Amino acid sequence: MSVRHGLLALLAEQPRYGYELRGEFEARTGSPLNVGQVYTTLSRLERDGCVTASGASETGQRYYQITAVGRAEVTQWFTTPVRREDRPRDELAIKLALAVGSEDVDMRAIIQAQRTDSLRALQDYTRLKVRAGAQGTDDLTWLLVLDAMVFQTEAEVRWLDHCETRLVQARRPAPLHQPAGEGAEVTR
Amino acid sequence: MSVLVLDSVVRTHGAGEGKVNALQGISLSVAPGELVAVMGPSGSGKSTLLHLAGGLDQPTSGRVLVEGTDLGGLSGKELARVRRRSVGYVFQDFNLVPALTAAENVSLPLELDGTSARKARKQALESLADVGIPELADRFPDDMSGGPQQRVAIARALVGERRLVLADEPTGALDSTTGEAVMALLRARCDAGAAGVLVTHDARHAAWADRVVFLRDGLVTDESVYRAPEEALRT
Repeated sequence: MSVRHGLLALLAEQPRYGYELRGEFEARTGSPLNVGQVYTTLSRLERDGCVTASGASETGQRYYQITAVGRAEVTQWFTTPVRREDRPRDELAIKLALAVGSEDVDMRAIIQAQRTDSLRALQDYTRLKVRAGAQGTDDLTWLLVLDAMVFQTEAEVRWLDHCETRLVQARRPAPLHQPAGEGAEVTR
Repeated sequence: MSVLVLDSVVRTHGAGEGKVNALQGISLSVAPGELVAVMGPSGSGKSTLLHLAGGLDQPTSGRVLVEGTDLGGLSGKELARVRRRSVGYVFQDFNLVPALTAAENVSLPLELDGTSARKARKQALESLADVGIPELADRFPDDMSGGPQQRVAIARALVGERRLVLADEPTGALDSTTGEAVMALLRARCDAGAAGVLVTHDARHAAWADRVVFLRDGLVTDESVYRAPEEALRT
């Protein structure tokens, strides 16, 4: 996930202090950031000419403003589709891929435990959506973020179902009487 | 008391070599206010489970109780009565009678059960109000889109004293936001005291349930129980 572009997008709206950026980012995306990440990213952005920092406040806080270069970069970011290969590795896919080859791992147990856990997460997100709706906050940003998590988790559960079915099919002993057709083709 | 109890239910189709174990000893109970989702691949026994719960099929062994009544001990006539009085079905394709208005569709099971037309209409209107579409009472199903039609079906499932709603892929024919609104409604009706069993392929919709049960080859493989954060902290 691009903290750099996230912060630039916030600065494109209005100039902000560093601590403000962190709070706003977390509130809007539900994704936690640590202070260190915020300030190292800001200093890189400053180095690259994407932002300028002006006068420190009494408590030593600096006020950040986006530049034309920064604006161009954030526009580019918004208009470029996110590619799957740019995202971090999927640990679950890696775990299952390695489990296939390992004899002492019960793959079905892994799949079921993961699915139960993913579904519980899905139940949590759904409750959060209900709560957001009930409070009538109409917080579109928050609902969109929750929906994103819901759909991603759903995809994961579907994929796990699919893996389980594949696994069952692969382990099922071959039928005694091979139906004519595909089987015959192979032996010929 | 649980509205629905399945006690060690086994359902076998056929015999000998062609024998199929549709359900192999399932126990499940659903309390008022509870929504249980059943997921699983095709052929896992989901539909069989729903048919047994609704008294449309009988278990090979084990018991099915609806509001404390063991369906196994009932005559055909008594069973039909339980189905009309206690159980409501919601289907993927809504199954409304096209020649009847929304209110008439909802009051139909009551009238079949001997309720007077006037009283049945009154209860139907209340039920339509409960699902948020009182203004559609005199419209015909063909004049409504899928979402409202499914609302009518849910109103029919829970009209009068009926407290058990069995839903078979109720969102299957709806787009994602309409499907979600239908799930929110089903959830709300359960929060208001109904007991629900939902069969779905869709994890996103199953997540509205309090419990999600996974079936495979007639057995429960895993189960996810929702625990409120405060409850999770206590244990």
